[in-house]
Amino acid sequence: MTLKTIVRGKVSGRVVKSNQPINFLGSVDKKTGTITDQKHDLFGKNITGSILVFPNGIGSSVGAYTIYSLKSNNTAPAAMACQKVDLTVASGCALANIPLFILSPDEYENMKDGDEISLG
Amino acid sequence: MELTKDEEKSLNGEHGEALQIAYRILSATGEATDAEKLVPIHWAHVSGVNYNTIGDAGEEFLATLSKNAKFKVMTTINPMGYDKDSVEKFGLDENFIQKQESIRESYKKMGAIPSFSCIPYEIYDMPREDTQVSFAESNAAIYANSIGKLKTNKESAFSALASAITGKSPYSDLRKDDSPNMSIAMKVSDSDELTFGLLGYFAGKVADKSVAISGVKNMDKRCNKSMCASMGTSGSCGKFVLDDNSNASEKVDFDEKELQKVYDELNTAESGDMITLGSPQLGLEEMTDLAAMLNGKAFKKRCLIFCPRAIQEQARHLGYAGQLESAGCELMSDCCTCITPLVTKKDVDSVTTNSIKGAYYLKNSNGLDVNLKPLSKIIEDETS
Repeated sequence: MTLKTIVRGKVSGRVVKSNQPINFLGSVDKKTGTITDQKHDLFGKNITGSILVFPNGIGSSVGAYTIYSLKSNNTAPAAMACQKVDLTVASGCALANIPLFILSPDEYENMKDGDEISLG
Repeated sequence: MELTKDEEKSLNGEHGEALQIAYRILSATGEATDAEKLVPIHWAHVSGVNYNTIGDAGEEFLATLSKNAKFKVMTTINPMGYDKDSVEKFGLDENFIQKQESIRESYKKMGAIPSFSCIPYEIYDMPREDTQVSFAESNAAIYANSIGKLKTNKESAFSALASAITGKSPYSDLRKDDSPNMSIAMKVSDSDELTFGLLGYFAGKVADKSVAISGVKNMDKRCNKSMCASMGTSGSCGKFVLDDNSNASEKVDFDEKELQKVYDELNTAESGDMITLGSPQLGLEEMTDLAAMLNGKAFKKRCLIFCPRAIQEQARHLGYAGQLESAGCELMSDCCTCITPLVTKKDVDSVTTNSIKGAYYLKNSNGLDVNLKPLSKIIEDETS
């Protein structure tokens, strides 16, 4: 049970979880889906096909294009789930048709990196 | 979020694909921010213009969209990748230029004003207080809310684009008169634009939608812009108010220790191979101020100055552009430091700048080391 669905869709996949917010512009390689920000806890990890769980999006408004580009390049996560959703992540997922959910604090806490889960 | 019958029809595609896409975006952003309805907006400022940031997928999306979409309200646009007057000096490949020109054409077809600026608030007349606008480009959204007294969400590239097409935006918290639930006490004295940039970066990290800042009396334009830009880079916060008597429930201090922490995160070099000024782009006041500060001195290194076309023309007319060029500055319009394709590892390893936002993206997107200094120190160290 998710708290709220922002972009609908049914998905199953493996959780890639971060405890840090993500600025999609400048920290994700849209050709490979790899996190390139050396200071980020997901540095070097690939988010393609995952259920990407992170607190919230931050930073550049153009990050929405990065999310859309990930989808076009077949390097996007299968879904995203956040504690709170900013406009960049919401609009990027809406245009790219990537299922997007807001999680309750408990759900967020209980979701562990590597878990196989279904959402939607 | 409640939609009117007409808005529902648009969402269901009855008014064409462009409006359907726009309403799909607005529905998602409305739901995400718990907005109860859409409200009319009077000016959209759209980001996602630089080919270096939006790439092939973005270029193709805009080319397709522009076949049918028309902007319904005044729409200005962010910087692109280069200044056509000097592009040949930078060795960009033909593909980049071709894609960038396609993006320029798509925005033109949809009816955008070719502003190519991240500081629309300095080149157009500001509407009266409380006017609802829709600004992507995080520094411009925060500036509009905090200093311009306008109302905007911290829009994304797509949500502002959707606002341009529909003339509407979700009625989310920042459009209302909510007071901030966090207050930051500024405990650092001797503040310059770098200090305020570091404060903004810190504030963006700890605050949510809006933030009160106490202990700050006067900020000049350079400090204001620096803080808006860095706050937009590090967080999701879309507004600040200077308020010594905030009744915010959460209070934190910004002291020398916090300042040093943020500085150490962003400053990665002792000096730079070149200098860039402008992220956000410089306005006329900053250009005239810089000309006065230089006062006969000249830069010993390459120094790129990014400013809007309209500002460069004014500065040229008033004689300041010539003074800056005599001091070794290269004036660049229609583009900016942030995610620039013009400053790369091919030519330099490190850059000196006073911009926190510039530093973040030069480091993370361009892979360069950054030497951060206030403008006064840059002039002291880098001119003779």
